[in-house]
Amino acid sequence: MIGRRSRKRGAAVRRPPPPPRQRRPRGARARLTWPRLRWPQLASPRVYAARHLQVLIESLGRLARQPVASLMTAAVIGIALALPSGLLTLLDNLQRLSLSWEGTASISVFLHDEVTGDRARKLAEELRSWPEISTVNYISRDEALAEFRQHSGFGEVLDALETNPLPGVLVVEPTRQDLTPAGAEVLLERLQALEGADLAQLDLQWVQRFAALMEIGRRGVLVVGALLALAVLLIVGNTIRLDIQNRREEIEVTKLIGGTDAFIRRPFLYTGFWYGLGGALLAWVLVQLAFLLLRGPVAHLAGLYDSSFLLQPLGLLDSLTLLLAGALLGWLGSGLAVSRHLRDIEPS
Amino acid sequence: MIRFDNVSKRYPGGHEALRGLSLHVPAGQLTFLTGHSGAGKSTLLKLISLIERPTSGNILIDGQNLNRVSRRQIPFVRRKVGIIFQNHQLLFDRTVFDNVALPLIIAGHDHREIGRRVRAALDKVGLLEHERAYPITLSGGEQQRVGIARAVVNRPPLLLADEPTGNLDPELSREIMHLFEQFNQVGVTVLIATHDIDLISRLNHPILILKAGRLQAAGYARGAAP
Repeated sequence: MIGRRSRKRGAAVRRPPPPPRQRRPRGARARLTWPRLRWPQLASPRVYAARHLQVLIESLGRLARQPVASLMTAAVIGIALALPSGLLTLLDNLQRLSLSWEGTASISVFLHDEVTGDRARKLAEELRSWPEISTVNYISRDEALAEFRQHSGFGEVLDALETNPLPGVLVVEPTRQDLTPAGAEVLLERLQALEGADLAQLDLQWVQRFAALMEIGRRGVLVVGALLALAVLLIVGNTIRLDIQNRREEIEVTKLIGGTDAFIRRPFLYTGFWYGLGGALLAWVLVQLAFLLLRGPVAHLAGLYDSSFLLQPLGLLDSLTLLLAGALLGWLGSGLAVSRHLRDIEPS
Repeated sequence: MIRFDNVSKRYPGGHEALRGLSLHVPAGQLTFLTGHSGAGKSTLLKLISLIERPTSGNILIDGQNLNRVSRRQIPFVRRKVGIIFQNHQLLFDRTVFDNVALPLIIAGHDHREIGRRVRAALDKVGLLEHERAYPITLSGGEQQRVGIARAVVNRPPLLLADEPTGNLDPELSREIMHLFEQFNQVGVTVLIATHDIDLISRLNHPILILKAGRLQAAGYARGAAP
């Protein structure tokens, strides 16, 4: 019906009505039919999309007309979003930092006594060709003895022994991507199975403890993030609730002239979307600023430890995720408010 | 077009606005609805526009029983009824054009079509030169005509008007009534609730008189035949 009518040219009012499909005998006057109710009556996709775009821009314009109030709401959302995203970025940096501490998760492969130095060096050469291994360092029995003598202070005891009790050792460092607890475990098993290997030992505890700590940190940030996401929902919901009250008259009139709930809901949903997106943008700026401020001192500290570690701000993907999450939370918060309060407003 | 079948409406609190009202408004007719304040005129219009639901009885609009219209279908029924309010119900933060365009935007017309139809409607009520104005800058009569343009822009088969000349001087009132007659001449069924006995008695259209929620009389002024 809409499509057919909309293609008609000319004035709406001056033109006579379209010839009705009359089922009953026609009276003296031309009659308009009462079109059968059809549900749903949808506009064409192009008009529908144009309408959405229009509401999107309109709701932004409405916010721009009250810049201070809008910015304050966005700022509250921004701070609420900045906290979890900043903490998550910090955790990511810690993880990278742990990876840059090379050697901390090396695997010591203790060799059988009968493995000669040549044989051990050959074995080391072979291990270096494994993709998951970055370096292999061979410590011969004699070197091990000398090191032990130097560091332990048990030199005299060793002198009393007739033979060298220490085995030769291959110190294996996994590459970074194999430094996960699971990856290290797999490598450890393979090394254990090597011919000539007596025992392979991983300084696994450290890796595992650090991973466990990181997991706790991640969970903690998740909990904080969930709470703050809830806060964002409530902030947007409350703001939209006030907005609905302020536009009560408009809502009533729109309902009276046939606006569906979806039509009335739309501007509020887009307003929520803008609040969320604006808040996320502010959060992004806050996080990047904070990391920029921390970058120098952290680099200095890392320098003192002979590390070239650099604090990394939010990456592209994380930034996009943050913006998307903000927009989605704004939309949802608005949806909650609208579904609660729009039904209460009926024309009277 | 409009048929009330033993319709009663009792508001919460016990006030009985309509008591077993039965009436019929044929399609294509301009009908006046009159009666004292509290006779049930407003309630009758509210029932047709689904603002209120009857306590008992059936209301049929061109065979469509309004009792069977669900809440979600209400907007689609209302799009077929142009309503004109005594207090205009215009949106004061929008231009005249945007006010009149609202029903078309709701119905999902594309913007060229909207522009054409809004200008045609504004031209009809003689406000074409005010399309960029805000309603607050217009006189009461002009605001009423904006309301009329908004009601007819979607070309509804039924027009309802609640005291459309309530605050207007006789000259303006006659103009407004003449507008309704023009819409009626192209086939639109028009139902006008009004106090203005003087005005309607000079027009040759059927009159329904309500009294205490019942139909007291139906006929033509001065006994004129249709």
